[in-house]
Amino acid sequence: MKLRRFLPVALLVAIDLVILAMAPDTGRTVFRLTGSSLLEMASILPPVFLLLGLLDVWVPRETVIRLLGTASTWRGTLLSLLLGAAAAGPLYAAFPIAAVMSRKGASYRNILVFIGAWSTLKLPLVLFELANLGSAFALTRMAINVPAIVLMATLIDRLVTPAERELPSLEAND
Amino acid sequence: MTTALLYIAALLGLAISWQQDRDKTRAALQRAAKSFGGILPALAIVVLLVGLVLALLSPEFIARLMGAGSGWVGMVLTSLIGAVTLIPGFVAFPLAASLLQRGAGVAQIAVFLSTLMMVGVVTAPMEMKYFGRRATLLRNGLAYLYSFGAAAVVAAVVGAVIR
Repeated sequence: MKLRRFLPVALLVAIDLVILAMAPDTGRTVFRLTGSSLLEMASILPPVFLLLGLLDVWVPRETVIRLLGTASTWRGTLLSLLLGAAAAGPLYAAFPIAAVMSRKGASYRNILVFIGAWSTLKLPLVLFELANLGSAFALTRMAINVPAIVLMATLIDRLVTPAERELPSLEAND
Repeated sequence: MTTALLYIAALLGLAISWQQDRDKTRAALQRAAKSFGGILPALAIVVLLVGLVLALLSPEFIARLMGAGSGWVGMVLTSLIGAVTLIPGFVAFPLAASLLQRGAGVAQIAVFLSTLMMVGVVTAPMEMKYFGRRATLLRNGLAYLYSFGAAAVVAAVVGAVIR
């Protein structure tokens, strides 16, 4: 069981080694980039999980249910959009946050809105896009992204089963 | 910058929490360690995939591919690159801007940026751990299809503004 879990990792390392043997230059680049992505994730994720642990202990479930639960109406949707847009960090940091939101009683649809906003409405990113690609490009994208994020979240919410709406907490010792 | 802010926020939160209630803080640290440990196997896969994909699809290579394709073929090509790569925004936007200046189409650039941000093939193993296989495929699939519609609208608006 344990062994099977690490099969993909072993397979990927094997591919890396084959590349290193066949094309040493590309192989070295693969290892350098793997190293730097490991470093990036290893530096970003510890504070994210630390904050999550704190939120988990301190934020009452009733508050989350009231603000982001199934009965939170359009206010909950708006808050999810704002929370996602105010975020910092890559999208993979949002997934563990989503799991805590789920355990605290946020609705599945609002969690998806949060993920959507995080992926493409993050404020620093939008400002950077404005500077680089101009207002017509950036503002048009933003204007259609907002309704699209909500629409896609609603659609996925309707398509999944009740069991899929509960995100697992992923504890280390199971 | 982002990372520094995260550390400041986390340490500040930890200090305040410790001062308020030591037992609760211990519980929080335990939770943090456990959930971090829970995601490590999936994280290892993501890290290895990122290294592999970024080495094979360097920014220079992406630039050449995008210059080569135009029309629908170019859009499909750039959308696939956007979906599988994981380039941070501060690299992707200047790259997109310089490609536009060198004559790449607005629709191609828009579909690239949209898929880059919303679709994550290499991070899917991690997403599946939390959301499950079906919801992950749904979210990424819908975002992928939506990126084409969004690109068409952005291209139309940008075209109208310039004219």
